[in-house]
Amino acid sequence: MISSQLTGRRLWIAALVVPPIAFMCLFLVYPILSAFAYAFYEWHGLARGDFVWFDNFHRVLFEFPFSERTINAFKHNIFVFFALMVLQNGLGFILAYCLWRELWGARFHRIAVFLPVVLSTVIVGLLWKLFYHPLFGAVNATLRAVGLGSLAQPWLGQDSTALTAIVVANAWHMVGFPTLVFLAGMQRIPSEILDAVRMETESEWVKMSKIVWPLVAPSATVVFTLLFVGAFNWFELPFIMGGVDGSPHGATDVLGLYFYRTAFGSMSASAENFGPGSALAVLIFLFIAVVSSVITIRLRKREIQL
Amino acid sequence: MKRLLLGAAIACTSLLSATATFATELSFWTWRQEDKAEYEKFFADFTKANPDITIKFEAFEATNYNTVLSTALAGGKGPDLMMTRTYGGIESLAGAGYLMPLDDKKIPAVKGFSEAALASVTMRSNKTLYAVPAASQTMLVIYNTEIFQKNGITEPKSWDEFIAACEKLKAAGVMPFANGTATAWQNETIVSALTSSIMGKAFYADLMAGKTDFNDKRYVEALTKLKEISKYFPEGFVGLDYASAQQLFTSGMAGMFAGGSFELANFAKQNPSLKMGVFAAPGLKAEDEKLVGLFFDSGFGANAKPKDEAAAVKFLNYAASKDFAQAFANRLSNVSAVPGVTFDSPLLAKVAELNKNSIAYMTLVNFRYGEPTGSNLIQAGVSKLLNGQATPADVGKSMTDGLAAWYAPFKK
Repeated sequence: MISSQLTGRRLWIAALVVPPIAFMCLFLVYPILSAFAYAFYEWHGLARGDFVWFDNFHRVLFEFPFSERTINAFKHNIFVFFALMVLQNGLGFILAYCLWRELWGARFHRIAVFLPVVLSTVIVGLLWKLFYHPLFGAVNATLRAVGLGSLAQPWLGQDSTALTAIVVANAWHMVGFPTLVFLAGMQRIPSEILDAVRMETESEWVKMSKIVWPLVAPSATVVFTLLFVGAFNWFELPFIMGGVDGSPHGATDVLGLYFYRTAFGSMSASAENFGPGSALAVLIFLFIAVVSSVITIRLRKREIQL
Repeated sequence: MKRLLLGAAIACTSLLSATATFATELSFWTWRQEDKAEYEKFFADFTKANPDITIKFEAFEATNYNTVLSTALAGGKGPDLMMTRTYGGIESLAGAGYLMPLDDKKIPAVKGFSEAALASVTMRSNKTLYAVPAASQTMLVIYNTEIFQKNGITEPKSWDEFIAACEKLKAAGVMPFANGTATAWQNETIVSALTSSIMGKAFYADLMAGKTDFNDKRYVEALTKLKEISKYFPEGFVGLDYASAQQLFTSGMAGMFAGGSFELANFAKQNPSLKMGVFAAPGLKAEDEKLVGLFFDSGFGANAKPKDEAAAVKFLNYAASKDFAQAFANRLSNVSAVPGVTFDSPLLAKVAELNKNSIAYMTLVNFRYGEPTGSNLIQAGVSKLLNGQATPADVGKSMTDGLAAWYAPFKK
């Protein structure tokens, strides 16, 4: 009989495994697959029209005005990725190194550095928007106070500074995360290795670049991959600080905002274009999935097994 | 005992069926959470006249309203009645077949509405009405009457007087304008609020007739003057967001705010002691007709498949009635689209008066039907103009060329 084959153990395993799989299928796999399907249809508002093959993809990649916006947003994502790689992960590594070396005040700074990570992005966005306020903001006020009033600018209002300003806010918010991951990686380095190094050299630089950096490679893999995914999914902070239109004139537009605006419409500028919006979502998903897999595989290879 | 149970059962079923036939509850959705208390009074009045219908108010966040609404309608979970957006915003719902088509047989009162009002909630392709127009909004200049009086300034009649007024305020240490343009759509509102009179009725008529485009020198002149007057905006205004700009005005730090009549109620709430006036920004010469920018921002619509069609139509008739409109105007400070409404508030009465000489807030009214929208183009263009990265002629050209992608009269 079939029921006898379902032993208590099997039932138990099934009971544990099936709900999460069902959950994943319902809330992850199904939406992703349906978004894929949506991208191949024409849409009138949210009513599905004809199957149009790759028309929506063609529109977002090659047809005015979508193509222009796609390229513009994509370039900004690339900039954000590299800028955050330097500002957030670079600084994170240095901070982690300082904390690991237990410089003065390390215990206090370990908490201080991580504290902003706990804050909600909305709070950070509004806070930094106030910092950058052209009239009353702390940034301009500080510049004026130290006699550099000529450098005071409407930070979020010019295309030359707006995106960088938001990147800085993001780095401030999230720098604690790579710091923590790197610090954990450093603390895992066996003390025998460090003792051996001390016999060879006194130079911090040699120690950092030749020993610590290679040995925290697994942490770097995690941090780099997550940053890549984060940078190309970037949405909350530019949404709060630059608005859904990527103000000023698209200078802070990134793929996340652009997708949202295209699919769902922006109340103050345009109606929804669900087809091109879905096509964009699919492209963003594929791009992130493929590139982050490549990054992970490549970076894994350079990790050293101790 | 048996009889008692039977009796109870009968009583229960009759009670159930009684409540079922007694009231149809219709749901009503809007993006104006702040109006909840007043709407509940309107609905109570409505239920008094129609005892078999009750209406339940639900509000959603304004910026995501259309997304929430169209998603719900697509899933068959939409409301029976709703506040709709207008122009392109209603077409996306009506085009998908989610809204009940209306006409003057269902709602006789719509015959009296202005053509511009009806056009705002009519789908262009099938010329069908999908909502009762609710309210209009006017793009104009709002000013602080106390600041104007203190500095001996009156409403300017010509562009030179306008500039002179700004100079006077600046010299007195008051910011002439509170406006900032970091929030994208503020780049669009200021064009209509400050330069409608410079563009003029003739330009708008020619534009609609397909005789001209945005390269027209009247339009380029308007943008040139906008750039000129922007030097009286706050320092670093390109980085000043909408909320901050509003605060500069309500706190009395600035003399004027160029924007929509929808600001008035909010300004009054932020600072109840603020004394405000409104005027249409002047044209170049004193004899030029002073125009405001006009658009309709909302309508009352019904689901294509409401719970009870007759009840939904009854409500729409109520929404088109003068009684409702009068209360809608005076209790919620709307410039109602229903003809013949009078206003208790002198400010709204003045707005309604200014509306008699208007041109459309054209980037919204006429150019939001395709990609890129006129709003996309003007917001980006004016942002570049005010940042010194484009000339007025560049902006006119980028609008014309961009719109040519879908707007037939501009196609070469």
